[in-house]
Amino acid sequence: MFRSVTINRIAAVALAAGLVAGIASSASAAGGDTEKPTRQSWSWTGPFGSFDRAQLQRGFKVYKEVCANCHSMRLVAMRTLADKGGPEFSVDQVKALAATYTVKDGPNDKGEMFERPGRPADRFPAPFPNDEAAKAALGGAPPDLSLIAKARTYERGVLLSLVDVITQYQEQGPDYITALLTGYSDPPQGVKVGDGLNYNKFFPGNQLSMAQPLNEGQVDYTDGTPTTVEQYAKDVTAFLMWTAEPKLEDRKRIGAFFMLLMIVLALSTYFTKKRIWSDVVH
Amino acid sequence: MSGHSTYTPKTGIERWLDARLPIIRVMHDAGVSYPTPKNLNYLWTFGGILTFMLVAQIITGIVLVMHYTPHTTLAFDSVEHIMRDVNYGWLIRYFHANGASMFFIAVYVHMFRGLYYGSYKSPREVLWILGVVIFLLMMATGFMGYVLPWGQMSFWGATVITNLFSAFPIVGEPIVTWLWGGYSVDNPTLNRFFSLHYLLPFMLAAVVFLHIWALHVVGQNNPDGVEVKNYDKDTVPFTPYATSKDALGMVVFILFYGYFAFYMPNFLGHADNYIPANPMSTPAHIVPEWYYLPFYAILRSIPDKLMGVIAMFAAIIVLFFLPWLDTSRVKSTRYRPTYKIFFWTLVVVCFLLGYCGSQATDKAVLTLGDRKILDISGFGLILTIYYFAHFLIVLPLLGLFEKPDPEPASIADAVLSRQGHGAPAGAAHAPETRG
Repeated sequence: MFRSVTINRIAAVALAAGLVAGIASSASAAGGDTEKPTRQSWSWTGPFGSFDRAQLQRGFKVYKEVCANCHSMRLVAMRTLADKGGPEFSVDQVKALAATYTVKDGPNDKGEMFERPGRPADRFPAPFPNDEAAKAALGGAPPDLSLIAKARTYERGVLLSLVDVITQYQEQGPDYITALLTGYSDPPQGVKVGDGLNYNKFFPGNQLSMAQPLNEGQVDYTDGTPTTVEQYAKDVTAFLMWTAEPKLEDRKRIGAFFMLLMIVLALSTYFTKKRIWSDVVH
Repeated sequence: MSGHSTYTPKTGIERWLDARLPIIRVMHDAGVSYPTPKNLNYLWTFGGILTFMLVAQIITGIVLVMHYTPHTTLAFDSVEHIMRDVNYGWLIRYFHANGASMFFIAVYVHMFRGLYYGSYKSPREVLWILGVVIFLLMMATGFMGYVLPWGQMSFWGATVITNLFSAFPIVGEPIVTWLWGGYSVDNPTLNRFFSLHYLLPFMLAAVVFLHIWALHVVGQNNPDGVEVKNYDKDTVPFTPYATSKDALGMVVFILFYGYFAFYMPNFLGHADNYIPANPMSTPAHIVPEWYYLPFYAILRSIPDKLMGVIAMFAAIIVLFFLPWLDTSRVKSTRYRPTYKIFFWTLVVVCFLLGYCGSQATDKAVLTLGDRKILDISGFGLILTIYYFAHFLIVLPLLGLFEKPDPEPASIADAVLSRQGHGAPAGAAHAPETRG
């Protein structure tokens, strides 16, 4: 009797341990050869985070001079570059920027399409008229970047995800983008990279068509920030986080007010309830 | 509970209206004088929380519809228009999207509370069945709502779920074509899902009305599971007692809701849904929303597609028969020591099923060295078998074999004995069966 109980217990504990170990090990193995991005420190994390204006402006410069040659940004209106909570360029700067683009408009009163200088209300004009044109020119259609920081992530596993709820870690997308932009290298021995593909240890499957986009000294920074690949990657990631979530600062500010209000309401409701129930044994 | 009304019209206009449409009387009897057991705990605040969530979803939803465009070429961009250009559109959309998850969290708590305290037992069978109907309508509404932003997971989720019906022989394919309104998930599908996503919440509201009506006929169950015997000793009026307690539960829940909507707004969604739907490119993992995961796991764990579909639906249908599958007369698990173990096992099984639903089916769960002993689909099958065994074998037999602990004679007795007070002088029921 005693023996069988003991054996049962041991079996149960072993099963539970095996289960946990299995879940944990398979969670860590899920990525295969793809490496997990490293956690970066960002200015906008946590309940009171906000964007670093200078970083957004630098990131915009990197985007405009590098990314925008191939990638579209079709959901973002140029006027929002001057909005509060964004890069906060001046309205005149945005007007001047918009005017550098040529936008197809129309039809006019003769029924013809015409070209005109861009206006702040226009969305960023795309580098290619359509995906097919991009494919013909580049061999693949680069994804639109408007939402890319929210459209990319990496697997965290069940247990870490629960921790993330408490720590509010939700920058998996930005961390991945920075990792990808800095993750190019020669393939390890024995790995054959396909035709027209490039090796990147963070990309799922490790091979992608985009060649290393950022190189040291490629974009001029006027504020003395180091012009390294890593700095470019972080700056452009910050900018892409803003394009994906332009109301992030509003959200966190209103959130703090909302939570405070609800905590006060919860406390007053608690004491009211306590008072009401004080004459009832329950 | 119904039958006697304590409402007395005080003003002339109230008397005039009361003789013609006694609406104030009905509201007074339901929301003010309605007797509620005095021993209710905070799990009983989830009914009010759910009503709040339904109203919140309808209001935010109606505002979203003012700015949303149900067309495959415009839906995704119109959602982003809401997020970027509409005043506080981001706020309304995040509250609506996270509201769906909060609604399901609350309904699962509400349902497990019902399971724990035997709230489905006589005389509350109809109340419970209406609840299961509400749950089914919620599942349908939530699924169609997730399709509307027309992202990758919207499209592929809709494709996978509607394709389930093709498992049925002969009628399967025509049903799928009929659901789609064509030969693939496309604009007609999106349009009908939008139409139904707007309709179903109002049907939901109607069934919720019936659910609350049934509740007011039979009265609330309570943590001790003994029926009200003496209104004066066992109950307190709904207002202010239950009202103040419900208000507290609701505010705390809104805090929780706000935490997600403001600080983790995309945690409960999928990154892939920020990519516009592309019928030519399938996402690496198609995963439904978290609240369907246990049922999705049941579906996938059974090798045969048709049997999987049947098992998935049966997992919910079985709940309709719960009042008759449970043969024990004792309601509250407080007095059912053996059932308590099975109840918590079921909770763990449901969580594990949810885990299985979120993982790739061939992933190893249990390994011995390099050998895979059990993968997700095998583990899911074991859990599925247990899930059904709980309802179809354990519950019918347990009532016959379990020796329940003695129940208190009344709610008042239960409360007093827990408080450490003796029975008050002149108490109608001595707790003689306890001990």
